[in-house]
Amino acid sequence: MDKFRMMFQFLQSNQESFMNGICGIMALASAQMYSAFEFNCPCMPEYNYTYGIGLLIIPPIWPTGSRSKDPTILRYMFCSITQRSLIAPAVWVSVTLMDGKSFICAFSVNLDIDRFGNFSIMRGLSEVERIKQLAKIPCKDLVENQEMRVAASRYIKCISQACGWMFLLMMTFTAFMIRAIRPCFTQAAFLKTKYWSHYIDIERKMFDETCKEHAKSFAKVCIHQYFENISGEMRRIHHHHRNDSDDEDEEKKMSDEEKLLGIRAQDDMNKVLWNWHTCKPALALRKDQINGETKGLLNGHVNGIANGFVQGHTHDVEKKEWAVYYSKV
Amino acid sequence: MERLKLVLQYFQSNSESISNGICIILALVSVKLYTSFDFNCPCLPQYNKLYSLGVMIVPPIILFFLGVLVNRHTGVMMDEWMRPIGNRSKNPAVVKYLFSAMLQRALLAPMVWILVTLLDGKIFICAFSVSVDPTLFSGLPNNTGLDVIKIMAKVPCKEDYILKNTSFRKAVSRYVRCYSQAFGWSILLLLIVLGTLARLIKPYFDDHARALQTRYWSNYLDVEQKLFDETCVLHARDFARKCVVQFFEDMREDTIITLSHPFFMTNTTEEWEAEEEERLHGVTKQEQVDQLLNKWYFNKPELDVTRIAHRPRTCVTWQDRDGKTLYSDV
Repeated sequence: MDKFRMMFQFLQSNQESFMNGICGIMALASAQMYSAFEFNCPCMPEYNYTYGIGLLIIPPIWPTGSRSKDPTILRYMFCSITQRSLIAPAVWVSVTLMDGKSFICAFSVNLDIDRFGNFSIMRGLSEVERIKQLAKIPCKDLVENQEMRVAASRYIKCISQACGWMFLLMMTFTAFMIRAIRPCFTQAAFLKTKYWSHYIDIERKMFDETCKEHAKSFAKVCIHQYFENISGEMRRIHHHHRNDSDDEDEEKKMSDEEKLLGIRAQDDMNKVLWNWHTCKPALALRKDQINGETKGLLNGHVNGIANGFVQGHTHDVEKKEWAVYYSKV
Repeated sequence: MERLKLVLQYFQSNSESISNGICIILALVSVKLYTSFDFNCPCLPQYNKLYSLGVMIVPPIILFFLGVLVNRHTGVMMDEWMRPIGNRSKNPAVVKYLFSAMLQRALLAPMVWILVTLLDGKIFICAFSVSVDPTLFSGLPNNTGLDVIKIMAKVPCKEDYILKNTSFRKAVSRYVRCYSQAFGWSILLLLIVLGTLARLIKPYFDDHARALQTRYWSNYLDVEQKLFDETCVLHARDFARKCVVQFFEDMREDTIITLSHPFFMTNTTEEWEAEEEERLHGVTKQEQVDQLLNKWYFNKPELDVTRIAHRPRTCVTWQDRDGKTLYSDV
């Protein structure tokens, strides 16, 4: 478990290595899937080719969603996504080709059987019969002449593996040209697009985070105001008198008494809950609740010096307030 | 677990160690690839040699390209080689050092593949069984009506019907494998001797001081590039956060502060509310939120956070009647 956590942390340390990790996992999954899959050639002339080639091509076409991004760096993102999403299909295709069963199934009917030796069973057959015999080659149990089958399978598998290696060589060479030779041409532009593509990703995440925080704060304040409204109504109805000394309590404690917000009876609580369900408050927080420290809350709309005389909590001293604004530059 | 962590830490300590680690991993991958590859000799005279040499040569080329691709030094070397001079003069010795280091590391996995194929022998048997003189061995089946060449070509295939379980086939295989292994071990010995000689003789031809400098500056380039990438990522993060916060605050309606009753002492029950208010950035209505989200999609803000980075900070000073400062934020 610890191993996984460490590896997970390392992979998450930056997004690129995380994507590479996902890529590697998909490639492994692709290889594992192939080995778990039970290849079952139909051994009939009409269907062999379709089955063999279909299995080679269709599983690699996995859906890869693309995110819509700013058009200026869309091409960079597209290339990067394409490169990563091509690895798992490439693994599938190369594993299929190296294994050879798919090719044997698809191309056994095209064999020139005389090349492998004299097989009496193939002499004197009509064309249709000959093709039927050839189509049975991929299936071990259906062919009587095992020697012919083994020789033909070997031959086709050899060609299949050659194709597989060529495919791998081509893919690797293409990747090499892109990664190693590209810096010769567009390095400055590449740095720019790399930075801004990262930026857009991070910006989207930040925006979601900020929205979440905002929604949380919004909800908290909204609910608090709702309870205060309701408790105000309760007090009016029940003629509860608020204890003034509690209001002027300067101690910084949020006692349980205060948290009750004046709602102390079962009927009152029921009314609060009922009201919340039937008549939710408007999504508009009261502005006069803005109080407390002024540091950093106000943006550049307020400027100048504001004076005022204030009745502080200590009644004997009248204080004069100066608000001075300093720029942090 | 602790050991693994230590090993990983050691390998991550500097970029040379990382490159060495990746090189070794690629060599192990090469061995694994060979063992999992199902070698399938065609056992036909025209195709044996072609197939075998293909299998012996194409995978090493692929492994070489892979080795160059995954090596960090490739990128650093290309950057240093292709960059315009600017304010920093170019040092060709550094580029040469990086190139030779990259080449040496990239050549390890292909060499491992070639050595493993030679020591295993299957590929040699497939390629050269037709070249063996059958008269050296007894037991050549001559009742099948096939050419000698065709029979010799079938030697690599164990399950072939003509040569199944015959001592002839086993003898020829053993003979060719013996040559193959001798060839493999000789190549290995040659490589080791060359490497040792190069290591021993190099100090006589090298300027050690210059070599130290070159090594230092090539490592420096690597570290510099890594740090630049990291700083870019951190900067993008800060930039994004400020841009988003600025966007939120721009949506807030103008607040005209009437300081007739300024609350300079916080009301204790609502201090937490002040924090929440700050996080709201002044967006407190449903329509505002809707407008904000709409604007975010249709009209993203410009990439300029100068306003928020340099916004004025309000500082409050309290003075009593006599002008004595009671409290000041300055």
